[in-house]
Amino acid sequence: MPAAGVVLIIAVVLIVLALVYYLVSTILALRQITDGLDEVIESVGEIVEKSAPVEPVVADINEHLDAAVAALEGLLVKKAGIEDAVGLVEGLYPGAAAAGFRDYPESREIVPPRIAEVYTKGTLTLARLGREAPIAMANPAGPVLRNVEYGSLNARLLYPEARQSRPERLDRSPVIGTDAPEQYEQREDIGQPRKRTRSA
Amino acid sequence: MTLWWIGNIVLLVVVFPVVVYLLHGVLKAARSIVPSVRQIADVAAAGSKDLDAVPLLLTTQDQVRQTVAGVANYGGSLDVIIDDA
Repeated sequence: MPAAGVVLIIAVVLIVLALVYYLVSTILALRQITDGLDEVIESVGEIVEKSAPVEPVVADINEHLDAAVAALEGLLVKKAGIEDAVGLVEGLYPGAAAAGFRDYPESREIVPPRIAEVYTKGTLTLARLGREAPIAMANPAGPVLRNVEYGSLNARLLYPEARQSRPERLDRSPVIGTDAPEQYEQREDIGQPRKRTRSA
Repeated sequence: MTLWWIGNIVLLVVVFPVVVYLLHGVLKAARSIVPSVRQIADVAAAGSKDLDAVPLLLTTQDQVRQTVAGVANYGGSLDVIIDDA
């Protein structure tokens, strides 16, 4: 065999060896990729299976919550009026009145009255408890107690008349002490050592 | 004979390096995919594990229904007790 033929065979063998090495390595890498993709497909299938009921459940929850919000907003507006309702929401959650009520788009245009300055927390608590609260004695069919300009006077008028109308001269507070003009407890034993009683 | 030698030289100097270069590129690309697929598999498994809490939504749904029903009853009572504005 001529030398050129030997060189040709060597070249072909080298090329074949290179092809075998690289193609086998590529096959192994592709098998690793296939195994990884199998795991991916399995996990993605679990994700799809687990997330399938999410949409109807969340839609049902949102539906119920929407109904509750609509009912509560309607009740609040029905009982307090649209303006006072907006003011109440603003008083509880400052800045929330800007968003308005969902079912009352006109509520976004209302300037919220400053209800929190008139209905003090203590007054509202007493009214809720119903324990001789002056605010509870008023006629519920009458006008609202809120008065923007004279709110504090209205609040004072809820209480007994003695001091709220500011008479010119009230009875002075009594003077107390050892040099007071009138001693309220005129007893000789005051200031003396306490008498001990013999116990059985 | 001369042409044969020329062909051998071309085969060894040009064809063999080109074949090696191309096959090396294919192998390099295939091997670069492996870690990416491994990361995707890990992320997908973690995502699937995160969704194990989805059945709790059924409890949430039931509680929301009960809460809304209670609010509706309470609102109905308030509607009767309190006068309208």
